[in-house]
Amino acid sequence: MNILVCVKQVPDTTEIKIDPETNTLIRQGVPSILNPFDGYAMEAAARIKDKDPDTKIYVISMGPEQAKAVIKECISLGADKGYLVSGREFGGSDTLATSYILSESIKKLEKDEGIRFDMIFCGKQAIDGDTAQVGPEIGEQLGLPQVTYALEAFVEGDELHVHKEVEGGKEVIGIKFPCLITFTKPSFDPRYPTIKSKLAANKAEIGLIAPADLPDIDQTKIGLKGSPTHVKKSFVPERKKGGVVIKEDTPEDSAKKLFTMLSDAHVI
Amino acid sequence: MEAKTKDLWVFVETNEDGSPKNVGIELLTPGRMMADKQGGKLVAVVIGSGVDAAVREASTHGADQVIVVDNEVFKHYTTDAYQIALVTLVEKYGPTSMMIGATNNGRDLGPRVSSRLQTGLTADCTALDINDDGNVAWTRPAFGGNLMATILCPDHRPQIGTVRPGVFKKSEPGEDKAEIIREDIQIDPSDIRTRVIELIKDMDAENVDLEGAEIIVSGGRGVGGPEGFAPVEALAKVLGATVGASRAAVDSGWISHSHQVGQTGKTVGPKLYIACGISGAIQHLAGMSSSDVIVAINKDEDAPIFGVADYGVVGDLFQVLPVLTEEIQKARA
Repeated sequence: MNILVCVKQVPDTTEIKIDPETNTLIRQGVPSILNPFDGYAMEAAARIKDKDPDTKIYVISMGPEQAKAVIKECISLGADKGYLVSGREFGGSDTLATSYILSESIKKLEKDEGIRFDMIFCGKQAIDGDTAQVGPEIGEQLGLPQVTYALEAFVEGDELHVHKEVEGGKEVIGIKFPCLITFTKPSFDPRYPTIKSKLAANKAEIGLIAPADLPDIDQTKIGLKGSPTHVKKSFVPERKKGGVVIKEDTPEDSAKKLFTMLSDAHVI
Repeated sequence: MEAKTKDLWVFVETNEDGSPKNVGIELLTPGRMMADKQGGKLVAVVIGSGVDAAVREASTHGADQVIVVDNEVFKHYTTDAYQIALVTLVEKYGPTSMMIGATNNGRDLGPRVSSRLQTGLTADCTALDINDDGNVAWTRPAFGGNLMATILCPDHRPQIGTVRPGVFKKSEPGEDKAEIIREDIQIDPSDIRTRVIELIKDMDAENVDLEGAEIIVSGGRGVGGPEGFAPVEALAKVLGATVGASRAAVDSGWISHSHQVGQTGKTVGPKLYIACGISGAIQHLAGMSSSDVIVAINKDEDAPIFGVADYGVVGDLFQVLPVLTEEIQKARA
């Protein structure tokens, strides 16, 4: 079985702060990380490989040169081979253009490697854009069936059994190969690399897919110009101003005052 | 594709019993304003099985027209069947804009429909408007709620967006007068490429309806351990509230993930949100700051949660909550 894991390098949004003077995002000094949901997708792939060591895991990412770091991180977690899709022509792509470029890259990889990806795993969304669109859009452009919001996945004969998070529990869904799955946060923690696997990953050769490697790509469907959606403006949201502060002499008095205020305001 | 009309569509997702999901009816409220500005009809698209209740609700909440696809095959949501149905309808009628509730199913379906139609999709919007040129201005949070972006889709039709549940309020029901159009869309069983093998009910998760809750009482790192949720649960019980939690409490293993509010948990918009021992990390605020009234109880006077709270109690939750619970109990006795 061949699994392709699609990953993105993102700024760690938990480290982003607002400059109170200018009311803008401070991006400087914010570390770049493997998108956590993509890490869950990688873990799901690694667990399939744990059970069947013949499984090959490939990783693909679209982004600048420095995004190789997250591809190498995946290699340290058990991926066999990594590819970076990179080029100025790809910049400014929205989700549809991004998924088109990735889909064309995936077709090229399958041809070059002479394989079929039985499973394509993605994180359910990236924590910077939060769109949750690129995975399903890749699925559509490659004509694959999909399951989103997956927690775990198990190979069972000619099917993948996917545990999908739904309201009130989870569904086990059977889906034939090839398929595309997007993963959300499972109840377990993903594995960590070892020092040895990290060192080995650092030396790994990352394949590059540049615009010239995709000669048949439709130029009207990539980059800023090929994107149907455009960001017209962005702004830091106004935070609600703090309200009443209750700090009486004792916690009991504070609780009673809170109760009175909530009752008076007909909140409770 | 080219739009054939100036109509605005709202996809009304249905439950298995044929009732509409709240967000579909909520979206008819901004939809009414947007359709009027665009100079077209407001059309509700109802897909499901035995959906008369959903059709009636759409009709009484402002839709000019309801397009109905009612068939057993749509009882349980599948990506494939719903994609075929919605794409078929869009291609036949050619609306200029379409909104889909940003539920898990809505966010599963939206990108499959938009990419099949080769048009733009904006995810999880929280504010909507129509520009003078007729383009929808889709406004949405990104970077975990740190940044808002307004997105346009000027040259492709239909322009599509998913919209977050709980942001807009349902209108008061009016006359049941929408024109009803019934469409028969046949799905070949082989078109559905997934099968449900089993539904594993999580007894805990089943009782945790955060998205539909009117009152939520949440605990964070400050509760200190699994037993620390006892006063939180006691308060929730007298208020008839649902128990929520911050990521810190869930990651510590004190309570299950089904309770988590925030960027990697649920996005909620209750009438009252009581945050107990929650510092207010940006990821948490992203999931609850649209609540009508926010109460924060925290020992740390400088906790960011006080920045969004309407009522902030500086104090120890273990001393404040029991008294508050008792006062409410007394008042209701």
